[in-house]
Amino acid sequence: MSQTADTAMTAPHDTTAQDHLPQLHRPRNPGLPLDLDWVARVQANTSAIERRAATLPGRRTVKKAYQAAWLARAVTCIDLTTLAGDDTAGRVRRLCAKARQPVRADLLSALGLPAITTGAVCVYHEMVEVAVEALAGTGIPVAAVSTGFPAGLSPYHLRVQEIGESVKAGAAEIDIVISRRHVLTGDWQALYDEMREFRAACGPAHVKAILATGELGTLRNVARASLVCMMAGADFIKTSTGKEGVNATLPVSLTMIRAIRAYEAATGIKIGYKPAGGISKAKDALVYLSLMKEELGDDWLRPDLFRFGASSLLGDIERQLEHHVTGAYSAGWRHPMA
Amino acid sequence: MTTREIFETMDYGPAPESAAEALDWIATRGPAFGHFIDGGFTRPGQTFATRNPATGVELAQITQGTQDDVDAAIAAATKAFPKWAKLSCHARAKYLYALARLLQKHARLFAVLETLDNGKPVREARDIDIPLAQRHFYHHAGLAQLRDAELPGHAPIGVCGQVIPWNFPLLMLAWKIAPALAAGNTVVLKPAEYTSLTALLFGQICQEAGLPKGVVNIVTGDGRTGEAIVTHPGTAKIAFTGSTAVGRRIREQTAGMGKSLTLELGGKSPYIVFDDADIDSAIEGLVDAIWFNQGQVCCAGSRLLVQEGIAGDFHTRLKARMAKLRVGDPLDKCIDMGALVDPVQLAAIKRMVDANTEGQTHHAPVALPDGGCFYPPTLITGLSTASPLMQDEIFGPVLVSTTFRTPVEAVEIANNTRYGLAATLWTENLNLALDIAPKLAAGVVWVNATNLFDAAAPFGGVRESGFGREGGWEGLSAYLKPTAKQAPIRPIAPFPAPEASTAPEAPGIDRTAKLYIGGKQARPDGGYSQAIWSRRGKLLGHAGIGNRKDIRNAVEAARGAGGWAKATAHNRAQVLYFIAENLSARGDEFARRLRDLTACAQARAEAEVAATIERLFSYAAWADKMDGRVAQVPIRGVALAMREPVGVIGALAPDEAPLLGLVSLFAPAIAMGNRVVVVPSRAYPLAATDLYQVLDTSDLPGGVVNMVTGDVQDLGQTLAAHADVDALWSFAGGVDAARLEAASSGNLKRTWINSDAPDWLARNAEGRAFLDQATEVRTIWVPYGE
Repeated sequence: MSQTADTAMTAPHDTTAQDHLPQLHRPRNPGLPLDLDWVARVQANTSAIERRAATLPGRRTVKKAYQAAWLARAVTCIDLTTLAGDDTAGRVRRLCAKARQPVRADLLSALGLPAITTGAVCVYHEMVEVAVEALAGTGIPVAAVSTGFPAGLSPYHLRVQEIGESVKAGAAEIDIVISRRHVLTGDWQALYDEMREFRAACGPAHVKAILATGELGTLRNVARASLVCMMAGADFIKTSTGKEGVNATLPVSLTMIRAIRAYEAATGIKIGYKPAGGISKAKDALVYLSLMKEELGDDWLRPDLFRFGASSLLGDIERQLEHHVTGAYSAGWRHPMA
Repeated sequence: MTTREIFETMDYGPAPESAAEALDWIATRGPAFGHFIDGGFTRPGQTFATRNPATGVELAQITQGTQDDVDAAIAAATKAFPKWAKLSCHARAKYLYALARLLQKHARLFAVLETLDNGKPVREARDIDIPLAQRHFYHHAGLAQLRDAELPGHAPIGVCGQVIPWNFPLLMLAWKIAPALAAGNTVVLKPAEYTSLTALLFGQICQEAGLPKGVVNIVTGDGRTGEAIVTHPGTAKIAFTGSTAVGRRIREQTAGMGKSLTLELGGKSPYIVFDDADIDSAIEGLVDAIWFNQGQVCCAGSRLLVQEGIAGDFHTRLKARMAKLRVGDPLDKCIDMGALVDPVQLAAIKRMVDANTEGQTHHAPVALPDGGCFYPPTLITGLSTASPLMQDEIFGPVLVSTTFRTPVEAVEIANNTRYGLAATLWTENLNLALDIAPKLAAGVVWVNATNLFDAAAPFGGVRESGFGREGGWEGLSAYLKPTAKQAPIRPIAPFPAPEASTAPEAPGIDRTAKLYIGGKQARPDGGYSQAIWSRRGKLLGHAGIGNRKDIRNAVEAARGAGGWAKATAHNRAQVLYFIAENLSARGDEFARRLRDLTACAQARAEAEVAATIERLFSYAAWADKMDGRVAQVPIRGVALAMREPVGVIGALAPDEAPLLGLVSLFAPAIAMGNRVVVVPSRAYPLAATDLYQVLDTSDLPGGVVNMVTGDVQDLGQTLAAHADVDALWSFAGGVDAARLEAASSGNLKRTWINSDAPDWLARNAEGRAFLDQATEVRTIWVPYGE
């Protein structure tokens, strides 16, 4: 888990898109010994958090060129995702092609923006090799969901092994799912140990800890689980698999990024954040970006510390960008599908 | 900046709300405005400029209301009153509903106009002020509909003079006009001179709603216009929101005029953070507490009390949050703080902060626009309770802070203030929250939240933050009066001493009536007594002549008996029953005494004793039945409108029923947990002094009821001026209400100085009217959810 080992993991990519690779910019999270006192002190007042979340969209807004620039920035933070039982190599290649050129070149040119890509492509293990091949030379990392995603209830040793397999297959990022039962029973030591082992198994690959917040019962649990995962070395914390009944919400996001802020205050280490599931509108993306800017800072407006786990969001952003260029509302079929 | 540059910097950029429609309205309807009187706009008179405080640019010319203007408005309101009052509840409800709808239809125009005139962020006007104003009219449309069904025996008061501040111009107008109209009153309202425009737009809305002429009148102008309304003999009720200094002046000016009065004044509200709180949420709450509306909020959480162990971390995180606040063009939808209302206000804030030499002052490192009335979010830490800035209202974006060690100390520091408007407390411990909330001297308490408002939830202060409630049934009742029959109070002179030549009858063993203070019989400090004669010239005994010092001692005893407020209502009821029981045992003796004192018929005397026993039973019954309510506010949570004792009540008892009248005052007071200093009838004091022996044997703790006999005006005057007396009641004859009410302005105590009284033997001489006076509503907001 040394930083030298981590920074070595840059070889497969060219230099044009190194933005995506956090290890180039900042030290990885070495973690901390489990501090149960700190975990026990963590509070999250649900109604207060909901009020803050509810009023934020009214307090911050971006218009005109600012909105266009922010939306383009949002695109660079998308983990373009397919996690379906009917995924095939062809389908994944199409997704990767979209990740390479997520927004029509003429629109970017009209906006005066450079070529952009999405933040990553996110797939199941079986699709990792196809995706890595399809993205070769682009610098776009492949993220693999892992550890018995989405429920995380397969045999423990297989979950750990799955990480190794995906890393071997070329995944630069591993999205692990935690054992929700450890949170629900307050077994923070077990959660910490599990996360520690997952992190170790990732080696140089970045690890995102999926908390499945929709299954954790309370925001206080979300806050405590966030903290324990960061103590155990998570590079990112992520809300959801997209398969729970409730996925990313603003109150959950606020809870998690406040945990990130507390962790940075204590350690100096910046942890990334990935809301996933349910973010499908350009307007939502802007609210999330303003949330990150307000609560954490501008560092979290880049793909090395912020990702959207989303599939349909990109389409809405494309339409909004075209509207910005032409002044007329756009249509879905005018933009290449993923 | 190019899109590509923004793509790198990720700045917010400008997000201006258009002012075009609002400016167009001003140009069309103005730009010089007259008043809205008798359903129409008058021609502009002598005018002054109203400016956009963010730019200094003149928006419009506003007419300075003259005495003639005020006379005309009050005449219109007076003329409109009988018909409006006689309308059916449903008819009035329909008008209020129409006003609510029209406010909604013109929501953005109101919001932008408010922002232009006041300098508040358009987000706040758009998302808070205007929606709350609409909600107020909707809620009161309902109260209007239900008035007769729910409040029988009440009638509107008449023409209401209403003077409102500049910090929430339309919202305060709604808080004033909606309940007045719902109750059936007519209105003459004066907006603040800095912010008249939305009130004038409201005049237009009244026309659109087809409101009968004269029901709502808007007269613009400065304090002189307000004074003309307040002191006008044609206004039956005055409702004022504004500074404590002006409120005190209004109390003095209206003293003795018989006007009903409600005052919502200043504050220095504590914001208490316990060490188990959700700190990030508590800090975010501070943004809404002290940087909402640039801190120009009467109930702003302006006094931060943090538990010592977390204070360092808390302040560090708070400063980080402050650095993220954006101060700028109020019309920008992406700012947190706009402009202060006027250069005068900016200068006042600067002066107060600059004069402070204590603690550490931290200005948020935020960019301020050039020009305009802008002041940065500011935190001053390390202050003590003795620091002037911990005591004085700044009315700006300046938070002052100190620390505490224990919950008890938090309450002590929180209550160490002349004010008592609002309080906020943060803890994740339910036991702690529900223990502390009722102990805070404040009319509104927010638990784990701040600055929550709703039409259904009573709002208002204690101490020098004023009296009266706005919102809900409690607010409506401030615009109604009981219709039950009352008669003017006539002074009754004591029977004169017989001619010197008449030899007094031979006495039995001398019974010395004393004062009753702190549960003990006390000789009057002055050492003087007054002989009490029967009509036939028989010496009935002597009553002590109490003086200032006796009142001082009695108030001290009453304040010291605070445990009575914490006794269970059941326990208080038991004591009242016991007093009745013991009085009953000596009923014959009391009847004889009444007969001798007042020269009434034996039957009348017996009836008074029986009624007194019954009255004690009534208030024993009420002791545990004056329930608060849970207001239906639109949040997930409860707003508990709790009935709290007022505190220490001074009461001047009536002459005409010396025993029953006395008990009719102190029984409701102590049933609700108050302590009383009562001045018995001057003519017949011995009815009272006999009673203290009954109290002595009835388990009533010392200091709960104190009696000081003597000159009712002198003693009343001392009580009225006493800063540790919370309320003054009078049913005494021959007192100078003007002097009493004027003296009460010192601590703005609640006064209930009556010139009419019920027949004390009648049913309407007891019940809710008395219990309402004996209680203060404290609204405790408890949002919940896990």
